Amino acid sequence: MIYLELFIGFLIVGLFSFGGAYAAIPLIRDIVLLFGWIDEEVLTNMIAVSESTPGPIMVNLATYVGCSQAGILGGIIATFAVILPAFFIILLITVVLKKMLENKYVKAVLNGLKPCIIGIIISTGCYMIFKNSITPVFQTSADWLAPVITIILSVLFFGFKGVFKKKMSPIVLIVISAVLGAIVYGIK
Amino acid sequence: MILTLFFTFIKIGLFTFGGGYAMIPIIENICVDRKKWITHEEMMDVTVIAESTPGPIAINCATYVGYKQKGIWGAIAATLGVVLPSFIIIYLISLFLNNLLEITWIANAFKGIRIAVGILILDAGIRMFVKMKKKAIPCVILVCAFAAMMLINVFAWNFSSILLILIAALISLVIYLIQGSPSEKGGE
Repeated sequence: MIYLELFIGFLIVGLFSFGGAYAAIPLIRDIVLLFGWIDEEVLTNMIAVSESTPGPIMVNLATYVGCSQAGILGGIIATFAVILPAFFIILLITVVLKKMLENKYVKAVLNGLKPCIIGIIISTGCYMIFKNSITPVFQTSADWLAPVITIILSVLFFGFKGVFKKKMSPIVLIVISAVLGAIVYGIK
Repeated sequence: MILTLFFTFIKIGLFTFGGGYAMIPIIENICVDRKKWITHEEMMDVTVIAESTPGPIAINCATYVGYKQKGIWGAIAATLGVVLPSFIIIYLISLFLNNLLEITWIANAFKGIRIAVGILILDAGIRMFVKMKKKAIPCVILVCAFAAMMLINVFAWNFSSILLILIAALISLVIYLIQGSPSEKGGE
């Protein structure tokens, strides 16, 4: 029953994604691979699209995975499930438990959650870079362009940060990477 | 009033690229400065709450503002409003993207884009780490989570990152109960 799977899967994502969209990406990746809905490559495409379109990235990604698995109804169910926990927790905090976040046990739990999630995000980022830039070299096609593109993009992105003291917008990086990919692989 | 909330949040959802954090200044501008729906302090509060609760940050803010204005129906209207534009956009894209990927230069562009996605995720993780208060226990949890997640990915182990998060929360809680209060100040 795909609808139920989508609902439960994205409810869990909505419930555990402390820290916004980037905390949700490893969780969504987990669930998508666990259920075997889509492979890593397609998911990475979807993440890119979700970052480049308006709206919350987590919601975009839920809509996208849902629609791809079970049409518009799947999209509605996944989107609904991912926002449900946030909606109710905020209501709960606003209406009854104003002091909940100051409770020492809640704080102790959050103190463990947050660094763990940061570790998971950094790890997922490293692994995705590895998967998309190093692994292609060892495939039959021996794609040496991927590591080259990785280095160019990293230098541009982190260099921009160093020089201009502000972050390059994700959309700008995605556009640059698209142009670079189209040109470099096009010439080859 | 409910309709005003709904349409205002549609506008917010439609014109903010880059996810939840990009929305916060826009929500502040519209809901605090122009419409005076909530005060500046409330906006600060909700941002802090959003960081300690799961789910999309934009949803947290929309639910809060909606509830403050018009109770539960306001919360529903604002939340639906902020989600609706991106839902429609992603639904349309999901119909066409697979066909587009059969065009060679677009497929090439996405090879580049997938590399950029990894860099963006790594950068988000690093930025969260930089903001984190660097105490011994959280740092140990972070490193362990990083290592565990790396092993899970590389060896394709069947171990959910959610389980990892729960373990971290439990460990942190147990340490707190044993030690008393290692983190009385600054629960971040």
